[in-house]
Amino acid sequence: MHEWALAEAVVEALRSLLERGELAEIHRVVVKVGELQQVEEEVFTFAIKELLKLSGLEGVKVELVRERVLLRCRSCGYEWSPDLESLGLREKEAVHFLPELIHSFASCPRCGSFDFDIVRGRGVWVWRVEGRRA
Amino acid sequence: MEGRGTAGLDPRLFVLERRLSGVKRVVAVASGKGGVGKTLVASTAALALAWAGRSVGLLDLDMHGPSCHVVLGIEEPRVVEDRGVVPIDACGVKLMSLFLFAGDADLPLRGRDLTDVALELLAVTRWGDLDLLLIDMPPGTGDEILDVMNFIRRAEFLVVTTPSALSLMTVRRLLSMLSRRRAPVLGLVENMVSEEPKAEALAREAGVRYLGWLPADPLVERCLGNPDQLLQTDFARALTRVLRSLGWVS
Repeated sequence: MHEWALAEAVVEALRSLLERGELAEIHRVVVKVGELQQVEEEVFTFAIKELLKLSGLEGVKVELVRERVLLRCRSCGYEWSPDLESLGLREKEAVHFLPELIHSFASCPRCGSFDFDIVRGRGVWVWRVEGRRA
Repeated sequence: MEGRGTAGLDPRLFVLERRLSGVKRVVAVASGKGGVGKTLVASTAALALAWAGRSVGLLDLDMHGPSCHVVLGIEEPRVVEDRGVVPIDACGVKLMSLFLFAGDADLPLRGRDLTDVALELLAVTRWGDLDLLLIDMPPGTGDEILDVMNFIRRAEFLVVTTPSALSLMTVRRLLSMLSRRRAPVLGLVENMVSEEPKAEALAREAGVRYLGWLPADPLVERCLGNPDQLLQTDFARALTRVLRSLGWVS
């Protein structure tokens, strides 16, 4: 599962905070999950918790926060949230792996341009880490 | 307990080293100029190395026109997952490319999006153990090459030119940029030589090794997608000599 690779990245980020001495202990992590990546949240949470255990960090509370996707057209400035359900299976899978591929399958509902920015809701982000200072 | 919040860490940045930990060397095949044969050099070199028994990966970072799969004879896009994304096997070469996800869809990507695609591919691809990972770079000295220098600090560069003055002029800029960044350059390969090679002087001027020249070989086009035939061409034989001079094959 691709979610495992993303979970590994999250746990590596936490381990790095400890190794760099930024924190002595980690108690809670809030991970922002952009809607565009369509992460399987249950699998993702499970993977993070399993990998935390393997890293000796089993006490860390994991919270996921979903972020709605927002696109902004670079041609006319219109902002919108695309309907990901309207994508075909293959297209959805492509965007799941590489969210930027939304550029290949969506265009601005107002002017038709595919030159737009992903303003928010792209992918996985370690949003907040709580713990004890070193 | 003393609490603190750390807002905004991109977790992908923390896993890049681990993803490449089994890879002995990373070599980006770059030029600065389009149409000089970077894809053919990178793909054929990967095939020749695999044929010589090396474990080799090929990452196609040409975001707007991925085409290594064409050289390797891969016709259908497909994604293989195993706790991440696994490169597909193409005649012994482990291939990762945007093509595997996007197929033939158009790719109107720019700026931050290009960086995010590169970062995502590097963060989720499980290469395993490799003697060498070759990266096929797009033309230009923009996002992708800057990203490789940022995300893979140990990347070395194999620079490709043709004898054309247009190519030599652009490659000079690339070599200057790589030198300013103190990026290791393995050498300069001169491709598509039909009369006489002309790039040796540029290599000398830039203080990089001239690795030799490859002939303009009309047979190559007919061998695209057929690795066995491709490896029999004069082009591939000359490229193998370059690989030998680099000590990559015996």
